[in-house]
Amino acid sequence: MKSYDEEHLAALLRELPAAPPGWVRAAQELPSARAAMDDLVERATLSEQCRRQVLSDLEEALEQAGIEPDRRAVAALRARLGRAAEY
Amino acid sequence: MSRAGTSAPSGALQQGPRVRNDADLIAACRLGDDAAWEELVERFSPFVYGIAARGYGLGHTEAEGVFQEVFARTYEHLRRVGDEPSLRQWIGQLAHRLSADRLRGTGGVPAIGPVDPPGVEEVLDRFREALDARDALAGLPEDCREILERFFCRDESYTTIATALNVLPGEVATRISRSLTLLSELLEGREPPVRPSRGRVTR
Repeated sequence: MKSYDEEHLAALLRELPAAPPGWVRAAQELPSARAAMDDLVERATLSEQCRRQVLSDLEEALEQAGIEPDRRAVAALRARLGRAAEY
Repeated sequence: MSRAGTSAPSGALQQGPRVRNDADLIAACRLGDDAAWEELVERFSPFVYGIAARGYGLGHTEAEGVFQEVFARTYEHLRRVGDEPSLRQWIGQLAHRLSADRLRGTGGVPAIGPVDPPGVEEVLDRFREALDARDALAGLPEDCREILERFFCRDESYTTIATALNVLPGEVATRISRSLTLLSELLEGREPPVRPSRGRVTR
C-alpha cells in the first residue's frame, strides 16, 4: 500500500498549475460555440447570399454569432464552409 | 476547482455536496449537460496545462494551442472514451502527443526521433498522482476540502483563508494539518477515526 505523508501530499496538491482562466473559459464554452457555428454554417449552406456575406468577413460573422473570432475559430469556419461547398 | 462555498461547522466532519466522478461526467456530457462539460474541463485543465507548459516547456501560444485542441478533441470523442480510468489516460496521452507535435513544429527538436524533454515521463507520472490526490479531495468533508483547495490549489494565504472562514489565523495551520491527515487516510484506504465534535460524534 502506498504511503502518503503530509509533506508528500502537500507537494502533490501544489503540483498541478492552474491554467489561465481565459483558456479554461474558452474550453468550457466549446459546446455553445459549436452549436452557434453549426447554425452559422447551416445558414450559409442554405443561402448563397448568406454564404457570400459570411465569407466576405468571417470575423464579423463569428462575432455576430456570439463566437470569439480568434484565429482558431476563423480557421474552423473557413474549413467548414469549404467542406460544405464540396457537397 | 471552484467548489468554494460555506464551510461546515468547526470540527464537524460533514460530507459536502456530491462531486461527480469521471464516468458520471462522461454520461452527463453525452446527454448534452453543459454544466458537466464545464466541470470536466475544470477538473482536467491543470493536468493538460501542466503537461504542455511544464512537462514540455511550451510557450504561451503553443501551450494554449495544445490545451484547446485537447478539449476540442475530447468533446468530439466523448462517445468513444470509456469509463473513468480510460478518460484520464486518454486525455493524458493526447496532451502528451500534441505537446510533442508542437515541440517538433517549433523546430526546437529534430523532425525525426524522440522529442520528449529529459525527465518528462517522471513529470507526467507526478501529474497523474497529483490528479489522483486532487480527486481524493472530493471524498473529504466540505470544510476540510475547502481549506485544502484554498491553501494548496488556489495558493491563498493564511490571512485570506482565516478571513474567508471566519477563524483565527493561527487555527488555519491546524485545520490544514488535520485535513491532510484525513486525506492521507483516505488515499491509503484507512478509515478516518471517529471524532467528537461539539458534544456529539460525527464522521
